[in-house]
Amino acid sequence: MTVTEEAPLSPAGNPMGFGRMIRKEDARFLRGQGNYVDDVNLPGMLHGAILRSPYAHARIVSIDTSAAEAHPKVKAVITGKILETLKLAWMPTLSYDVQSVLCTDKVRFQGQEVAFVVAEDRYSARDALELIEVEYEPLPTVFDARHALDADAPIIRDDLDGRTDNKIYDWEAGDKAKCDEVFANAEVVVKQSMIYPRVHPAPLETCGSVASMDKVTGQLTVWTTTQAPHAHRTLYALVAGLPEHKIRIISPDIGGGFGNKVGIYPGYVCAVVGSILTGKPVKWMEDRSENLMSTSFARDYHMTGEIAATKDGKMLGLRVDVLADHGAFNGVAQPTKYPAGFFHLFTGSYDYPVAHCNVRAVYTNKAPGGVAYACSFRITEAAFLVERMVDCLAFELKMDPAELRMKNLLRPEQFPYTTPTGWEYDSGDYPRALKEAMRIAGYDELRREQAEKRAAGETMGIGISFFTEGVGAGPRKHMDILGLGMADGCELRIHPTGKAQLRISVQSQGQGHETTFAQIVSHELGIPPEDIEVIHGDTDNTPFGLGTYGSRSTPVSGAAAAVVARRIKDKAKIIAAAALECSVDDLEWEHGRWFVKGDHDKGQTIQESAFAAHGTLELPEGVEGHLDASVVYDPPNLTYPFGAYIAVVDVDMGTGHVKVRRFIAVDDCGPRINPMIVEGQVHGGLADGVGMALMEVMAFDENGNHLGGSFMDYLLPTSMECPSWELGETVTPSPHHPIGAKGVGESATVGSPAAIVNAVLDALQIRHAEMPLTPAVVWRAIQGNPLDRPDLAIE
Amino acid sequence: MDVTMNVNGDEVTRDVEPRLLLVHFLRDELRLTGTHWGCDTSNCGACTVWIDQQPVKSCTTLAVMAGGHDVRTVEDLDPGTGLDPVQEGFMLEHGLQCGFCTPGMMMTARWLLDKNPDPDEATIRECISGNICRCTGYENIVRAVRWAANHEADATANQPEGASA
Amino acid sequence: MQVPAPFEYERATSVDHALALLERHGPEARVIAGGHSLLPMMKLRLARPEMLIDINDLSDLDYIKIDSGEIAVGAMTRHVSILDSALLAEHYSIFREAEKVIADPIVRNRGTIGGSFCQADPSEDLSAVGAALRATMVIRSSSGTRTVAARDFHDGPYQTLVGPAEMLVEIRFPIRPGSGSAYEKVERRAGDWAIAAAGTFVRLDGDTVADCGIGLTAVGVEHFACGAAEDFLRGKQATADNIAAAGQICHDAADPQADQRGPVDYKRHLARELVTRALTRSAARARGEKV
Repeated sequence: MTVTEEAPLSPAGNPMGFGRMIRKEDARFLRGQGNYVDDVNLPGMLHGAILRSPYAHARIVSIDTSAAEAHPKVKAVITGKILETLKLAWMPTLSYDVQSVLCTDKVRFQGQEVAFVVAEDRYSARDALELIEVEYEPLPTVFDARHALDADAPIIRDDLDGRTDNKIYDWEAGDKAKCDEVFANAEVVVKQSMIYPRVHPAPLETCGSVASMDKVTGQLTVWTTTQAPHAHRTLYALVAGLPEHKIRIISPDIGGGFGNKVGIYPGYVCAVVGSILTGKPVKWMEDRSENLMSTSFARDYHMTGEIAATKDGKMLGLRVDVLADHGAFNGVAQPTKYPAGFFHLFTGSYDYPVAHCNVRAVYTNKAPGGVAYACSFRITEAAFLVERMVDCLAFELKMDPAELRMKNLLRPEQFPYTTPTGWEYDSGDYPRALKEAMRIAGYDELRREQAEKRAAGETMGIGISFFTEGVGAGPRKHMDILGLGMADGCELRIHPTGKAQLRISVQSQGQGHETTFAQIVSHELGIPPEDIEVIHGDTDNTPFGLGTYGSRSTPVSGAAAAVVARRIKDKAKIIAAAALECSVDDLEWEHGRWFVKGDHDKGQTIQESAFAAHGTLELPEGVEGHLDASVVYDPPNLTYPFGAYIAVVDVDMGTGHVKVRRFIAVDDCGPRINPMIVEGQVHGGLADGVGMALMEVMAFDENGNHLGGSFMDYLLPTSMECPSWELGETVTPSPHHPIGAKGVGESATVGSPAAIVNAVLDALQIRHAEMPLTPAVVWRAIQGNPLDRPDLAIE
Repeated sequence: MDVTMNVNGDEVTRDVEPRLLLVHFLRDELRLTGTHWGCDTSNCGACTVWIDQQPVKSCTTLAVMAGGHDVRTVEDLDPGTGLDPVQEGFMLEHGLQCGFCTPGMMMTARWLLDKNPDPDEATIRECISGNICRCTGYENIVRAVRWAANHEADATANQPEGASA
Repeated sequence: MQVPAPFEYERATSVDHALALLERHGPEARVIAGGHSLLPMMKLRLARPEMLIDINDLSDLDYIKIDSGEIAVGAMTRHVSILDSALLAEHYSIFREAEKVIADPIVRNRGTIGGSFCQADPSEDLSAVGAALRATMVIRSSSGTRTVAARDFHDGPYQTLVGPAEMLVEIRFPIRPGSGSAYEKVERRAGDWAIAAAGTFVRLDGDTVADCGIGLTAVGVEHFACGAAEDFLRGKQATADNIAAAGQICHDAADPQADQRGPVDYKRHLARELVTRALTRSAARARGEKV
């Protein structure tokens, strides 16, 4: 096993490059000195609150705001009618649909935005909501995607011209004819339907913003919970028709994102309008229930998979049919070309000669969104599907799931490998990772223990999942969001004394960019990381880029940081040559310094070059002074991190209660810039897996009422449900990334749910049961009377 | 109505509505924004502060109920004299990522170590079970608390003989 | 975030003061102790008291003591004190086992036993404990003190017999030498309300069940108790078969609501399973076994 080598230490004891380094950002967080959006407090600031629909589908007959307006502390009450006059009642979604900002015709999901109150304080704003009278005429609802296309289903989007049904799109990938032929002739075909239920990223900080419009200068400043400040700036310009050069988006410290903070929400737009109307800064922060009920959910994929195989377990083909529930507006955030995101990476880590998928998306009376919760553009659903299907095949063939996987995993010599749906995997050694996970787990010993326990009437299960991620979106020619290509800018300035500022387009919601990106530059230039300040999250002070999601920071912006540092290094070489009065060809690089070949003592450190660049040194013709550089990095391909996960669970057969006893995660994300941070990212994703597999679900009743509108009902894992994670690593660098790094933020969320579900089903010796595997679901599965739709909370 | 309490060693008096939640009193009235809120329903623990040496959820406590009591927030863990071992543990063991749960989590951890200087992993997990973290999967938080416990045990063991505790 | 509607606030300095305030302000006044049940309801504006009477200063209601052969627990006793009480643990294991799974440690620092009983949530844990142990509730008003059996205390979901000008001041638990008790709860996640839970005690005379108590929560049994199962078991041998039969009676008596925690058949199954487990452990403890 290769382990990433650690760099020599800086004067402050930090690695001069890669290695474990204490995070720079911790100093403020530990002292309660972080600066989150709700911490922003401006003179004269007003507070906004949103009135939301209690109905999932209802026509608005009338809205009476007079009593609210009469409230002594209310400064403005904004409705859809007012927004219509500003042409802001609707806004574009990230998928070329439109979404209501404040409702003008009918509400389409419970919790939809109806009116916005601006008041002197947040308590009064909330009080005034109760004074608004709305008359609704309830309409029939469609909350179950399976009935969205029924002939008698109510049409949700009658605002769109010519709409006669609730279909959003039908999309396919792969070769259907070839696939069908393989299935027709296969010895074994295993088919299984499964639901990846609607879940929510639920960052601990809800969404919100503070908008401040300076009427004199025309400058709009918005402090907001965004993972993509530059994309937001452009969207505000497009939505509100404001001049883009007068818009400044600041994404200060963000209390977790996980995809929830990619899109623009009506509340953000309302805060801007509120500030324009009142001439004062307006703060709007969601409460938890607003966050859960109205902001971007994740999953809600109904999937039916089929594997064709030989009797001895050689996989021959995979085909999948998906019904995707997008809610009331198609608000998924993903590259334009791919309406189902990267779902067609569903062949995962296996050598399937043929594959085909069809995805049909529908509108329902539920909140919009769809790509969120660390999903890497739907690879979470894809990975879950294929890993469940492989276990279903193992179940039918009575084969050990590890053996079946080992037999079908892609082999190292197949890389770069092109999948049946056209993806080119950059690098991988899959069997090595699976063997490593099995070694850490003591797989054979666990199987022995399981046999003994079964004999004694106790129940334990061992579940495996092997995932391949595709992250770092992406090549501009293939990938854009609303026409904005997914390349990232980066700027590096070396000050005269050799201290540096790196301006990146991505921003951090906890990933530790201020540390990791300094380490990348340190690795390239030999400047101590403590001497490198990383600036992010402010559109006025950073170059354009598409933001942090889809595990793209390291693969795209991390590459940009390495490339911009290399440009600095090249320029420093010219300066060093001029200073040392030699040819650039005579110079050789060692960490932090150019020196003359054959005369090691004669050289110039990067810091000396920086001073010289700003000094009076005569530079060669055409070479400008100073030591600055900027790049726009357009990734040539995605990177493909992968991993092998093994979960060990104990099941109480009398109650259905599941305890995750152990969890082994071997991740290969290429070289690890800061192993401590990488492990932290994996830990967090594994907890997400426990949540999704065992408890998280956005449930609705038959009237479309949201039953998961608080943390009392939308359950997140605590320290009690999470085992002590056991991590391992293999290192297979990406051949096309400047430092070989592949990204890891979402790997564990993608890979872990299937391992836990597979473990529970292995314990029960049942082929399939639906997530979340709450005690009730497990017990009913044991009884052979499974709950039909655990996510609907009805029988 | 007037409410007076001692916050981080300072007596403060403010005229507040009875319905003002303690978390808003601290954040909006005193501008002590280290204490966060995350859920409204006392499930997440981001708002955890101490009242009279015990952690409570300040989103589910009225400011007026804290009147006459001692309140301690994250800002007091390092009153300028250096990091508390709990803070140091969180830093060294990477017990935080986005930092949003961290103040509440550390206030709970500090309380645990005050009453149980040598908690095992299960005890730590049980104690922080009312503080939700979405980033760390809890592993490094447990390690951070253990680090602080070990550090404090070492510090006690290394005290010169005869020194008072 | 969610905030309550306006109200007035006064701190009670004594029980008499609190009662006088309740009388003065009438039914729109509410007593607040830990606040962990009331304040969330107020934030959702499902509860809108005009007056809150804060009884947190009534430290004379914060005690756990032996009194006239019973354990008396003051209404302002916090969950954490019940969890940590050596006195309660000496007489009944059920307290520690139930308290350990109520909410989380921080909420337990604030929440009180009186608040738990008076909130009368149909999934509340201590109500099942009180029913199992056949506790007595001591209620005071300006005209004096009255007692109500725990099994009569609840008057439907979220309803109790405590009148608008009354306060629950004490809960009394009989002491039963030679008994064992236990609490069993299934929850979806630590700190969640019970899917179902059962608390029991068994007092043995030799191997015969001299007395027993069976409390259940979240499964829709009246007054959190299953008297029929107790009647069945009393006087019988504490065998696995008899205990299982008592569990079956609880299964049949349960009338739960289907919700996100589970369907009806599952909750009724849990009534049987958890009562069986709790009784088994209670009997073992009564025999002096360490379980």
